Amino acid sequence: MKVIELHKSVTDSNDRDADRLRAEMKEAGVLLINIMSSPGSGKTTLLSSTIKGMPETRIAVLEADIDSAVDAEKIESLGAKAVQVHTDGMCHMDAGMTRAGLEGMGFEDVDLAVLENVGNLICPAEFDTGAGKNVMILSITEGDDKPLKYPLMFETSDALVISKIDALPYFNFDMEKCMERARRLNPDIQIFPLSAKTGEGMDAWISWLHEEINRWRENS
Amino acid sequence: MHELGIVTHVAKTLDEVAEENKITRIGSVTLQIGEVSGIINDYFVDCWDYFKKKHPVLADAEMKIEIIPAVTYCEDCRSEYETVKYGKICPHCHSERTWLLRGNECTIKEIEAETQE
Ligand SMILES: Nc1nc2c(ncn2[C@@H]2O[C@H](COP(=O)(O)OP(=O)(O)O)[C@@H](O)[C@H]2O)c(=O)[nH]1
Ligand SMILES: [Mg+2]
Ligand SMILES: [Zn+2]
Repeated sequence: MKVIELHKSVTDSNDRDADRLRAEMKEAGVLLINIMSSPGSGKTTLLSSTIKGMPETRIAVLEADIDSAVDAEKIESLGAKAVQVHTDGMCHMDAGMTRAGLEGMGFEDVDLAVLENVGNLICPAEFDTGAGKNVMILSITEGDDKPLKYPLMFETSDALVISKIDALPYFNFDMEKCMERARRLNPDIQIFPLSAKTGEGMDAWISWLHEEINRWRENS
Repeated sequence: MHELGIVTHVAKTLDEVAEENKITRIGSVTLQIGEVSGIINDYFVDCWDYFKKKHPVLADAEMKIEIIPAVTYCEDCRSEYETVKYGKICPHCHSERTWLLRGNECTIKEIEAETQE
């Protein structure tokens, strides 16, 4: 036996796979968005409102969260394409699983592909799915100190959706403090406080998506 | 489960390494795991023992774990302190403007292997 020094991060092979997938999606001109949050933060509800708010955009959804059979049906009833991906009890999606889901679904006729990642704030942040943009959802019911507890998630996200703001009067959530904490971890993060239920704040979020879809296509 | 996820990635990386280096058998794998990486070592070794059987090269590889202590840096007083003991707030100046320097990693340090030739 001989000793071979590797010093490789465990995410090394996934990182390379993710970069390949990102390049292929760029080539195809399809923006893939990875949505991450704790369970119940409002991923599926936000997706439903987003689909309704973007009638001209062809959207496809990969459902990887628990309850994904129900969620996939919900999404399909709104006229978007949806597939359920099997994570085999895994705590996160990786690039290989994302690729398999996308290929199974077919994305040639799609403008925006969305991955609803497994509801968990630790593992999905560590595993690059190959998405063009990463979005994190934090619902106000979870508290404004989440950035302190899960810094990596905030660092790796391009956008932060602060969801369920219709419930602000009933919770002790300091919006300013939360935004400041998030920006301290990631000065470039785009922040969208919104309610998928009342529609408040949805316009800014949807404009951002349109801009990002166009930007993705422009230099592809 | 977090541990199973990490194990599958370790196995995948090692399969690649084995192919590149014409390795026929891996005797042991040494991982460096950060104190605050969220990985529970006992689970991890259980997951490994279950999972390695699916990969011929790894079938009898022993998993060795080295823990990397977590250290946080304070931006205000520029000191370093033990993360696990004091958390997010600097024990010297009580600042919240602190960053994790190390302790979150999970890397494959080295393997013991037999090669063709
Ligand atoms: N008050 C309020 N509740 C919401 C909002 N969005 C989602 N919810 C509720 O939060 C729960 C979880 O939502 P869901 O979209 O399934 O979360 P997911 O697990 O992240 O997909 C459901 O009971 C939703 O009705 C919102 O904007 N306002
Ligand atoms: Mg859901
Ligand atoms: Zn200090």
